[in-house]
Amino acid sequence: MRYEAPDSLDAATELLSSEPGVSRILAGGTDLLVQMHAGMTEPDLIVDIKKIPDLRAIVAEDSGFRIGAAVTGAEMGEHRELKSAWPGVVEAVELIGSTQIQGRATPGGNLCNASPAADSVPAMVAAGATVTVVGTEGTREIPVQEICTGPGQTSLKKGEIVVSFKLPARPSRSGDAYLRMTPRTEMDIAVVGVGVNLTMDQEGNCIDARVAIGAVAPTVLLVPEAAAALIGTKVDESALAELASAASAACRPIDDKRGTKKYRIKVAGVLAKRAAKIAVERAGQSL
Amino acid sequence: MTKQHVTTSINGDEIEFLCETEQTLLDILRDELQFIGTKEGCGSGDCGACSVIVDGRLVCACLMLGVEAQGKKIETIEGIATKEELHPLQQKFIDHAALQCGFCTPGFLVASKALLEKNPNPTETEVRYWLAGNLCRCTGYDKIVRAVLDAAQEMRGASA
Ligand SMILES: Cc1cc2nc3c(=O)[nH]c(=O)nc-3n(C[C@H](O)[C@H](O)[C@H](O)COP(=O)(O)OP(=O)(O)OC[C@H]3O[C@@H](n4cnc5c(N)ncnc54)[C@H](O)[C@@H]3O)c2cc1C
Ligand code: FES
Ligand code: FES
Repeated sequence: MRYEAPDSLDAATELLSSEPGVSRILAGGTDLLVQMHAGMTEPDLIVDIKKIPDLRAIVAEDSGFRIGAAVTGAEMGEHRELKSAWPGVVEAVELIGSTQIQGRATPGGNLCNASPAADSVPAMVAAGATVTVVGTEGTREIPVQEICTGPGQTSLKKGEIVVSFKLPARPSRSGDAYLRMTPRTEMDIAVVGVGVNLTMDQEGNCIDARVAIGAVAPTVLLVPEAAAALIGTKVDESALAELASAASAACRPIDDKRGTKKYRIKVAGVLAKRAAKIAVERAGQSL
Repeated sequence: MTKQHVTTSINGDEIEFLCETEQTLLDILRDELQFIGTKEGCGSGDCGACSVIVDGRLVCACLMLGVEAQGKKIETIEGIATKEELHPLQQKFIDHAALQCGFCTPGFLVASKALLEKNPNPTETEVRYWLAGNLCRCTGYDKIVRAVLDAAQEMRGASA
């Protein structure tokens, strides 16, 4: 097993694409090392991407934020501006694991590990985030929800690296929130996770919304019907009830040791309502 | 396969070692360098027994490769006490009987030290959340939390 830690993207994509055997990208290693320890993967080449400057920076751009894919959860949590602009995205990232895990885990790893229950992904999808993907054939910019294609599966081609997440500019009176259901408060995997991102107008009407749900299908789902239940309303009880039924209706969950289908479907609706209320509050409006 | 040469700093001393890619920092500390205060409970990030501080961040040594230590500053349990004195956290763990078998203790001490460096005046809730990644099968946690809060108070007094 070879280890390389290149300091440029070109070198990293070149290493990854020219390796004839199994190559794996290493960011925080909190998924990869667990999989190696369990014997689930035995790479021939590990490419550590943490020395590539573009992947390690959080930059406020005139139209939003660019977050390097290998920034840690702890670093995102300590970034005041980012946290106040996108509290839902940051709280979702901060839910990943313990303090020790936060010191290493990255949003890029959380996305590319492609767990249906990855906490940051519904919040990123609700936020309308895009990712910049670089490979030997060039650069593409795609919505976050186009990366994962199934449990543990991504649309990334050999040698491609997720370089950064782009969070769009925020109109005033916008807010986002992420909630998950876990049997334990800390150190547990989401049974259901819901991200809501919305914008209100001066009269207290919701003029834009995005809702995404996790752990209830093979990939995180963007649910336009759930967003439609909010848009044009004052996010009152009847709109919230519509939101809950749309979120529940979109679920295609499995039964497993952490939750039954029925339970997941029900909880998706409940969490969608609660997350929407928090998002509205954060948007600076009262219900 | 040739081993890689790594230079790092552990508890303030410059240290060099040879390392296979698959060896974790925990393997290196325990098996190659005899820093056996850092424990292996699970090897998968769940128990916190392997907690160390790397460039000021609390991490699990079992989830970091040894080769990643190149050029880093590592702090382990062995660096907590001075030659003359226990660290206030260590003394308070003894005073509060915050350990029984002691297997989890190095991890709790290193994690608590990282907490108090970042937040010298944590609430009980903050202590409990910060230490949620450290498991103890003996004490029931309460004595550990009391010991950390008491050490924090004493350390604030000392630096005032
Ligand atoms: C104890 C414990 C608790 C956890 N709790 C949670 C939790 O509560 N919620 C949760 O969602 N997850 C949790 N996780 C899983 C894990 O911590 C997260 O998924 C984390 O975000 C992974 O990031 P990483 O940087 O460590 O990924 P890595 O392990 O470095 O990488 C993960 C995968 O993504 C690939 N990859 C990484 N970065 C890139 C990139 N930039 N471009 C392309 N591919 C890339 C890697 O090759 C690998 O296949 C937990 C893990 C542990 C060990
Ligand atoms: S041994 Fe590292 S967390 Fe358990
Ligand atoms: S004292 Fe035995 S595990 Fe904590």
